[in-house]
Amino acid sequence: MARRARYSRDPLGLRRALAGWLLPGLVAAMALLAALAVAGAQGAAALADRWQRGAAAAVTVQLPEAEAAQIERALGVLRGLPEVAEARAMDPARLAELLRPWLGGSAGLPLPAVIEIRLRDARADPVLVGDRLAASVPGAVVEAHGLWVQRLAALARSLQALSWVILVLVAGVAAAVVAVATRAGLAARRDAVEVLHGLGAQDSYIAGRFARRLGLLAAGGALLGTLAALPALALLAGLAAPWIADEQAGAVAAWGMLPWPALAAVPPLAFLVGWATAQATVRRWLRRLP
Amino acid sequence: MIRFEAVGLRYPGGGPHRGAWGPEALSDITFALPRGSFTWLLGASGAGKSSVLRLMHLALRPTRGEVEVLGLRVARAPRAALPPVRRRIGVVFQDFRLLPYLSVFDNVALPLRLAGRAEASLRADVAEMLRWVGLEAKAQSSPLELSGGEQQRIAIARAVIHRPELLVADEPTGNLDTRQARRLLALLREMNRLGTTVVVASHDEELVARFPAPSLFLHEGRLHDPDNARGLDGWAEDDELA
Ligand SMILES: Nc1ncnc2c1ncn2[C@@H]1O[C@H](COP(=O)(O)OP(=O)(O)OP(=O)(O)O)[C@@H](O)[C@H]1O
Ligand SMILES: [Mg+2]
Repeated sequence: MARRARYSRDPLGLRRALAGWLLPGLVAAMALLAALAVAGAQGAAALADRWQRGAAAAVTVQLPEAEAAQIERALGVLRGLPEVAEARAMDPARLAELLRPWLGGSAGLPLPAVIEIRLRDARADPVLVGDRLAASVPGAVVEAHGLWVQRLAALARSLQALSWVILVLVAGVAAAVVAVATRAGLAARRDAVEVLHGLGAQDSYIAGRFARRLGLLAAGGALLGTLAALPALALLAGLAAPWIADEQAGAVAAWGMLPWPALAAVPPLAFLVGWATAQATVRRWLRRLP
Repeated sequence: MIRFEAVGLRYPGGGPHRGAWGPEALSDITFALPRGSFTWLLGASGAGKSSVLRLMHLALRPTRGEVEVLGLRVARAPRAALPPVRRRIGVVFQDFRLLPYLSVFDNVALPLRLAGRAEASLRADVAEMLRWVGLEAKAQSSPLELSGGEQQRIAIARAVIHRPELLVADEPTGNLDTRQARRLLALLREMNRLGTTVVVASHDEELVARFPAPSLFLHEGRLHDPDNARGLDGWAEDDELA
């Protein structure tokens, strides 16, 4: 029976005491932020990974003549510089292989020698390295294209860390909002809580009713917020698609690139935050009763 | 069954010195009530009747001394030990304490549901209880739609539905006319005859005279016991008489 079912789920009348859209609305707003942060973290991580792989050789040095002695001298100078973590001459065969699409297979062309170096610190200025190298090996040219990529990757990594911080903050604020709502519910149902307590209800019973109600309200709000975030996320993913998946960019790829498991976890996590906060708040409140 | 031993009770004081304790509302209360007894708790307004009853149904713990109810020593019992004992006690409050957002039926069914009784078996019991207090027609009403006397009968029905071992009633006849008050008292005596220990606080002297029973007199928070008639020794005699 409807009435019977209503009682057994709601002996404290919490559906009426904890009604309205304020709590779900606030949680929805925070879930939206959480969804953006999750997607931001994931997107930043993908960009950083991809860029970092491309930046394996952060700085390259070209020598006009590929003489062994010259390469040795340049390697010696580079390895002596404090900023340089590693310097390695590129295998001429590999170089020829890399350049073949542009130069054709002719072996007669004189290829420059290329040395890959990794800097100890991405913020070191490669121009200084180049100047000091050119002093002892005339004609050496330093290319620092990889460095920008490395700096972008570092930026992406900090954005990712920032997203996690935002996520933790959002969860904390959500817990605080639920705690305030729980206290309001306790104030509205104070008499009922005291009557049930007096009739011999355990703390776990009373706290469980509140926790379930607030957990459901939070999960409902989180679901709405996450759904509301989807269009914006798809748009952003569409913009980022060319950077991450070069094959095909566009709406289809964008939907596929959304972090679905993480997004799907937002409402259950909101339920857990609401449930646990309500449990703790009600149990602490009940301690004032004997 | 119930034993008070040099019990003192202070309420937390309000006013300018929050957190301090007020004066002793009860001092040096010592008595024992045997299982199956019926006892009047008498005294002027403010004497401490409700306070004694609150200690009996574990709504308060004594500030000093020891209270033993249904085998539980309340003063130092762990908090989790109290709810199971509360479920063996029925209470009629001076102000009823019905839940306004539940129907009369659900209010009366509350103790059974808290005890975990199945819905199917509890419906007949609740209907029977509502018939007993003459309110079966109002089962689906809200308590707010009932008169004071009707609310009091619902409060009594809720207190006895789960056949408690101890029944504690605070001025249960306050809102009833004389005829209904007598009928209620007859019901309480009947419960007592069936084995429930009953304690009733009242200052309705006419009613007390009509249903004579052992009495505890309270005066300004102390047991007023000039000829030691209601001390522990006196109770052993009553026990044998019963
Ligand atoms: N919740 C409370 N907080 C502080 N003091 C209280 C509280 N309840 C009762 N008291 C005090 O304890 C004393 C005894 O009150 P109690 O309610 O036990 O009296 P009573 O005999 O039941 O009176 P009445 O017949 O009017 O119901 C009174 O002096 C009262 O001021
Ligand atoms: Mg009183």
